[in-house]
Amino acid sequence: MLRYTLKRLLSLAISLAVASVVIFVAIEVVPGDPASYMLGINARPDTVAALREELGLNMSPPERYIAWVGGLLQGDFGTSYTYRTPVAEMISERLWVSLPLALFALALSTLVAFPAGIIAATRRGSKWDLGIMGVTQLGIAVPNFWFAMLMVLVFAINLRWFSAGGFPGWDEGLFAGLKALLLPAVSLALPQASILARVMRSALLDTLDEDFIRTARAKGLTRRQVLRRHALRNALIPVLTIIGLQFSFLLAGAIIIENVFFLPGLGRLVFQSISARDLIVVESVVMLLVFAVVVVNFAVDLAYAAIDPRLRKRR
Amino acid sequence: MRRVRQKMISAAAALLLAAGAAQAQRTDITVGMQLEPPHLDPTSAAAGAIDQVTYANIFEGLTRFASDGSIVPGLAESWEISGDGLVYTFRLREGVKFHDGTTMDAEDVKFSLDRARGEDSQNAQKALFSAIAEVNVIDPLTVEIRLSQPNGNLLFNLAWGDAVIVAPESIADIKTNPVGTGPFRFSNWVQGDRIEIVKNPDYWGTPAKLDRATFKFISDPTAAFAAVMAEDVDVFTGFPAPENLGQFEADARFQVLVGSTEGETILSTNNKMPPLDDVRVRKAIAHAIDRQAIIDGAMFGYGTPIGTHFAPHNPAYVDLTSLSQYDPELSRKLLAEAGYPDGFTTTLKLPPPSYARRGGEIIAAQLAAVGIKVEISNLEWAQWLEQVFRGKDYGLTIVSHTEPFDIGIYARPDYYFQYDNPAFQGLMEELNATTEPTKRAAILGAAQAIIARDYVNGYLFQLAALTVANAKVVGLWANAPTQATDLTAVYWED
Repeated sequence: MLRYTLKRLLSLAISLAVASVVIFVAIEVVPGDPASYMLGINARPDTVAALREELGLNMSPPERYIAWVGGLLQGDFGTSYTYRTPVAEMISERLWVSLPLALFALALSTLVAFPAGIIAATRRGSKWDLGIMGVTQLGIAVPNFWFAMLMVLVFAINLRWFSAGGFPGWDEGLFAGLKALLLPAVSLALPQASILARVMRSALLDTLDEDFIRTARAKGLTRRQVLRRHALRNALIPVLTIIGLQFSFLLAGAIIIENVFFLPGLGRLVFQSISARDLIVVESVVMLLVFAVVVVNFAVDLAYAAIDPRLRKRR
Repeated sequence: MRRVRQKMISAAAALLLAAGAAQAQRTDITVGMQLEPPHLDPTSAAAGAIDQVTYANIFEGLTRFASDGSIVPGLAESWEISGDGLVYTFRLREGVKFHDGTTMDAEDVKFSLDRARGEDSQNAQKALFSAIAEVNVIDPLTVEIRLSQPNGNLLFNLAWGDAVIVAPESIADIKTNPVGTGPFRFSNWVQGDRIEIVKNPDYWGTPAKLDRATFKFISDPTAAFAAVMAEDVDVFTGFPAPENLGQFEADARFQVLVGSTEGETILSTNNKMPPLDDVRVRKAIAHAIDRQAIIDGAMFGYGTPIGTHFAPHNPAYVDLTSLSQYDPELSRKLLAEAGYPDGFTTTLKLPPPSYARRGGEIIAAQLAAVGIKVEISNLEWAQWLEQVFRGKDYGLTIVSHTEPFDIGIYARPDYYFQYDNPAFQGLMEELNATTEPTKRAAILGAAQAIIARDYVNGYLFQLAALTVANAKVVGLWANAPTQATDLTAVYWED
């Protein structure tokens, strides 16, 4: 288990190093100067030059890369060009929206998908199975931003149960925060739950056909016991993989939903920063997201080992 | 059962009444806008969103814009101009305090103006101060501004958000904690979401009627629509979805304010790039364009046609739209005369706003009808600034010039449309040296005619200021003489 963990850790470090170079280069080649963007069309050249100097844009790219990575290693994400506040502060503020939203959506999606997938698999061919398959098909096909706008129309504009968007902040209380995140979380969870339920169903069907299940049944276990002790546990590996991927996606990919509900999340921060050419913010946020994805994958790898003893022994 | 229901109904009615009573005394307001300011220092960035929040609310200058665009006294109560137009002496108001409690005096004025025009200044409109030779403190309430040459625009220039008076002690963190003299003080900023300001109880002038105001940033047009419909925001300035305004007009809960802005929306033309360097070709383009079709198609009917680079609501405006009437026949004839009977191909580079993206498609179709093929490319603002504005690598582009009274840009040969006409430049110098209003109007009229007859750019329309608000909100500006959301006089009607 230790060697396995160390190996995973090494690949984690290499992924991060490669990612930092790719991110930096990719963002540096994008045309557009942050200083002229901020000062607009009436600015004089000497004003732009003064601002470039202050922002440290006159250093060469390799120098800036080293300054950036050096800062990151010490936990210093730099200072935003446009907002002039520490990037770390901005990110942590946004994470207080994006992380709970991602977890909320993931919890909703798992809570719905697990029972749905299990019911569909254990009653293959029944009305339940057909119904769940049909609904999940729809859940995947419907674009979630459209579903989100529909919910705004119904629950915010017509029924007035919710605000059309925005986030009051956790200072207003847990309930107010969760209420503001409910519609966005539901719209994010819909396609995720649909995918997850389908994966759950097919993984479970595969394992239910295995010989060991028949053996377990022959030993006298009830259907329910077999499901819980043998089938589910084996079906969980592909499901975990999907959950890992979905979590990374939810953290970084909620941007469209964040726009529909005007939530101050990470996705919108990246979007705003790209158009303002606030390169340092884009670089740091993207790096953080890469870090999150890599760490989630790492955790999923460890979880595989935990539920599948073969992985621990073989490597 | 029925009795229970009746009780419930009366309880609900009582609740509604209570809510209604609470609403009658509302002293808070939530204002939606599309763009979030990058920071809150109007004197060191071009972003209009900064002025949208701070102008007249948090910061004030020596002079200021009134809602009709006229210049009225701000922190200066009065002024005298010397006979040669070179010395302006401003008398400051007494008892003006910054939000941090310190007194605003002549030293602060000198500091602010010197900072704006200094060598390492980061003022986005540094040119506003270029005529100033020195700023002298006469006594705590008197400031003298000496000019190197007469400048008829000085009082106007000092009204800009870029010329507001700031407290020297506050400069270090002005970007996140602005300290001004206005009727509201900065309270809180949740980045990405909202900025809150509260009433300044020690304001020198008429105090604000609202106790607090929240600016909420909603960039997506559909989300903006939903936020107004759900009454999450009470006012939305610069409403980004003109296609939905009809719906608000028909709804008694809302009012729609359609005003004018300082934004001349033009088909900017690279006057140095062949064949656009030929005035006949530019004239052909002007006659190929059907302004009303663009206003209807891109702006859903909101916008005033213009025939030159000047705001129609300005008293000195001359209507020159007849010089560029929609006439595709004439356009084809002019192209043939210029040696392009089969038209030509050029580029049309479009920045992000919908007037440009939607308008660009319509203009491309109109130009194609006379044989001019344009290759459209959509750019982000940063790219537009680099390629079009600084690189001058473009044939045509569409942009709204939102700075007030900016006809002077046509006197700058290195400006991105590269128009170089000594006669026009001479007029602008003459204008700068003139302070007498009727003479200024005459010069301005002549200047408008020159650039209209030279067809420097395709003059399309004046951008409309679109505001949607709760029907009970009173005192909002309909027009936008500068980018501002002046909440000083805003209140809720019973």
